[in-house]
Amino acid sequence: MLPGCGGSKASNASSSSSPASGTNVQAITVNAGPTGNYANGLFTSVTVCAPGTSNCQTVSGVLVDTGSYGLRVLSSALKLSLPQQNDSGGNPVVECAQFVLGITWGPVKTAEIKLGGEQANSVPVEVIGDPAYSTVPAGCSGHGTPQQTLAALGANGILGVGSFIADCGSACAASGSGNPGFYYGCPTASSCQIIAEPVSQQVQNPVAFFAADNNGVMVQLPAVSASTASVSGSLVFGIGTQSNNSLGGAKVFKLDNFGNFTTTYKSKAYPGFLDTGSNAYFFLDSATTGITDCPSQENGFYCPSSPASVSATNTGANSTSSNVSFTVDNAATLFANATDSVFPTLAGPNAGAFDWGLPFFFGRNVFTAIETKSTPGGTGPFWAY
Amino acid sequence: MLKLRISDGLHMVARKVILCGLISLPLPLFATLGEDVSSVQSDQAHINAQLRILPSQSYSIHELRSPTGTTVREFVSPAGAVFGVTWRGPFSPDLRQLLGTHFEEYVQAVSAASNHSRGGIHVDTGDLVFESGGHMRFITGRAYLRSKMPSGVASDDLR
Repeated sequence: MLPGCGGSKASNASSSSSPASGTNVQAITVNAGPTGNYANGLFTSVTVCAPGTSNCQTVSGVLVDTGSYGLRVLSSALKLSLPQQNDSGGNPVVECAQFVLGITWGPVKTAEIKLGGEQANSVPVEVIGDPAYSTVPAGCSGHGTPQQTLAALGANGILGVGSFIADCGSACAASGSGNPGFYYGCPTASSCQIIAEPVSQQVQNPVAFFAADNNGVMVQLPAVSASTASVSGSLVFGIGTQSNNSLGGAKVFKLDNFGNFTTTYKSKAYPGFLDTGSNAYFFLDSATTGITDCPSQENGFYCPSSPASVSATNTGANSTSSNVSFTVDNAATLFANATDSVFPTLAGPNAGAFDWGLPFFFGRNVFTAIETKSTPGGTGPFWAY
Repeated sequence: MLKLRISDGLHMVARKVILCGLISLPLPLFATLGEDVSSVQSDQAHINAQLRILPSQSYSIHELRSPTGTTVREFVSPAGAVFGVTWRGPFSPDLRQLLGTHFEEYVQAVSAASNHSRGGIHVDTGDLVFESGGHMRFITGRAYLRSKMPSGVASDDLR
């Protein structure tokens, strides 16, 4: 499929990288997305089929997210009927998926997912905002604001290809107060109760289900020297499984139990993570960094009066270490050009953590290895770059 | 249900002693932002909670681990009010319980904010400040009330 393109300015040097080719390659693009106003949004098209049939639909404008796990599609974007997952009591399973920005509420269905030349059979997926389940339980909205629409999400779906397999894990497979409440059984749409959901039934990273090239992904995006309308790249499946996904000189950073490494900034250590689903460098706060917050209309970004240079060191649980430097520009100035959607120098605060969002991925091959999967660089979870 | 009482005598002893043992607790387990620390409804929470008193004596930190594995720290003023809360772990605490009467204020502020920034939540209503970040299966956040901050305490202390 062709990535969506806007014009690019003649004055900047950004371009498409020579794309990886092969059956394990999925085209991805950074652009304004299906709402036309997303900043640093990494999008792709996903083909979804009813299992064992040729009833398929290609959904465009799906966010590529190395910070989450599993495929979610807006009900409003999905015209395909998929089989409903039921719990052991025969009740439909409906999910309250918990993200930082909020929650997504919708039924768990089973789908066949095709990406590049790969296929994942019978994978649980979440259908967000299904009108049959319009009541969000109070316990669910207590974990975040429901994000049920294109306007709220900025995308037609989320393709979570991060380092975990299941979106919740063993905590959701247990009964009692240790269950964080992602999965509900709904005998009726307004009588949903939290259930213990076996891990194999949870919404999961489709890459782990591929027949091959299933141990992780590589995100390949070109270097971007200045803001521009769009850039194209590749999501390559597998690590060290084909000639186009070798680690090469990339350093391996093993992750802790939360899927983080450590980022040290001005001699203090913080949890750090790489995340294509975050649309800027998000780190710390104005007091710690000395970088001014933007006024309220650009709430959540930094607005330095002149470009700020930032340097920090990432260290894996295996003690691999590397220093990363980048520049932060004034977000209000960046956004003033309405034709730009790609911002390599966009940053904002994030109390207590270092979120290496999409700009980190420009000009690097970044690998995410899935937990328990073996690769030439060791067993996941790890990042390598 | 027993309410928490920290007697003056226990405070004197607690200055020198750290009570150990974080245990898993039935919900609800922690005090609510802005309310008295005795709003903890489970007495088990504080009998077994790790109570840390900072050298400055300008506030105390009650650290608890939620049953879902998230560490919650309540920052308590000398008057016994919870002026700030931080959390870090795999899953978000129940914000209705954590924020209490400030939950609706938080919801309104999130709805009103621009969603251009997608790295985390940042709201500031003038009194309530709420910030969170992370990724799926990891959340780090803090919330505090400017009106209840003891003098001399900076937001950077809330970690």
